[in-house]
Amino acid sequence: MNINLTLIGQTITFFLFVWFCYKFVWPPLINALAERKKIISEGLAAAERGKHEQALAEKRSTKVLREAKGQASEIIGRAEKRASEIVEEAKNDAKLEGERLLITARGEIDQEVNRAKDQLRQQVVALAVAGAEQILKREIDAEVHNQVIDELVTQL
Amino acid sequence: MAGGTQTASEYIKHHLQNMTYGQLPDGSWGLAHNAQEAKEMGFMAVHVDTMFWSILLGGFFLWLFRKVAKNATSGTPSGLQNFVEWVVEFIDTSVKGSFHGRNAMVAPMALTIFIWVFLINFMDLIPVDWLPQVAALVGQYVFGMDPHHVYFKVVPSTDPNATFGMALAVFMLSLYFSFKIKGVAGFVGELTLHPFSSSNKIVQLLFVPINLMLELVALIAKPLSLSLRLYGNMFAGEMIFILIALMYGGGWALGIFGGFLQLGWAIFHILIITLQAYIFMVLTIVYMDLAYQTAEEH
Repeated sequence: MNINLTLIGQTITFFLFVWFCYKFVWPPLINALAERKKIISEGLAAAERGKHEQALAEKRSTKVLREAKGQASEIIGRAEKRASEIVEEAKNDAKLEGERLLITARGEIDQEVNRAKDQLRQQVVALAVAGAEQILKREIDAEVHNQVIDELVTQL
Repeated sequence: MAGGTQTASEYIKHHLQNMTYGQLPDGSWGLAHNAQEAKEMGFMAVHVDTMFWSILLGGFFLWLFRKVAKNATSGTPSGLQNFVEWVVEFIDTSVKGSFHGRNAMVAPMALTIFIWVFLINFMDLIPVDWLPQVAALVGQYVFGMDPHHVYFKVVPSTDPNATFGMALAVFMLSLYFSFKIKGVAGFVGELTLHPFSSSNKIVQLLFVPINLMLELVALIAKPLSLSLRLYGNMFAGEMIFILIALMYGGGWALGIFGGFLQLGWAIFHILIITLQAYIFMVLTIVYMDLAYQTAEEH
């Protein structure tokens, strides 16, 4: 319980310890704490920013989607219109072609008829010549002549 | 009990005696063999045990915290760094709450005081006979001393030298900053112009000695109360531990009862040692804050 040099020794020790703590212990610790605080606040701010950006992106994407849908339906409409046009054109073409074919067919039929007529004429002439020959061979017989002529008439 | 032949009174006295190094009656220098010799050494003596434990514990604190500080990262802290950061943050909040000046030294000083005083007080929880017995054995077999004359107090804060030493350092710092912030005139004014003041010059002159007396008492009371509070609490706690330890010499029943008493007192003492360290720290911060306050703010 005596007061002695220990008092001075303790005072000096105290100053040394405080100095050491002030110089080497406190600054790195408090700096690390401050830095961590900064990092955390930055992280939180970044998260907030990210959330905001995500909301914006979502808005943008729905807008783009809506536009795309509109464009798609427009394209489909145009395509359908074009398809019906094509079908219409094809129908017209087919009709024209059919008419054209009909005309040529008719022409051919006419030609055939004429040719048949020509042949028939030639055959009539030949028959007439043959009839005349027979009549001339049997001399003249009125009854026979009439009969022949009737035959001719039926053959015409 | 240390040595079977001691009486209770001798046992207590033995426990309350520091290991003192100084000039012996025969003129040579050495450790005092008894309380009488230690007393006669006067001021030119050193309590070896007090210095040893306080420096060892302070060194341990600085080593531990320095180790963490060197590897401190702002990333995810590991276990020890977590603990140290928790302490540092706690001290920093306390200092920011009470100290309004601008001085980067106050917070590290508060940290040093808190941990150092806590560790010093913590020595009180080690059973009272363990370390003194070890010291007696070392003294007997290593230095060839009489084991009964090896005195060893392990709790530096039960030595008024230690608490006064720390309080003196705080006092010196607060005086230094007072002079630095307010100047000599400001400091003297603070001592002489409060609490009584008058606009009449002659009345004011009469008030000066009264003010000076009151303010000087208040000034001196700060370090005294700071150190005596810690010393008184720790000394009383230590004394109760010693008294409980006496029971172990009183037979089985008393010994077991003493064991429970010691456990209970130690658990209660955990609160006291922490509280005393905290109070010492907070008062230091407050004194520094007072040193930084200028007269107009009174």
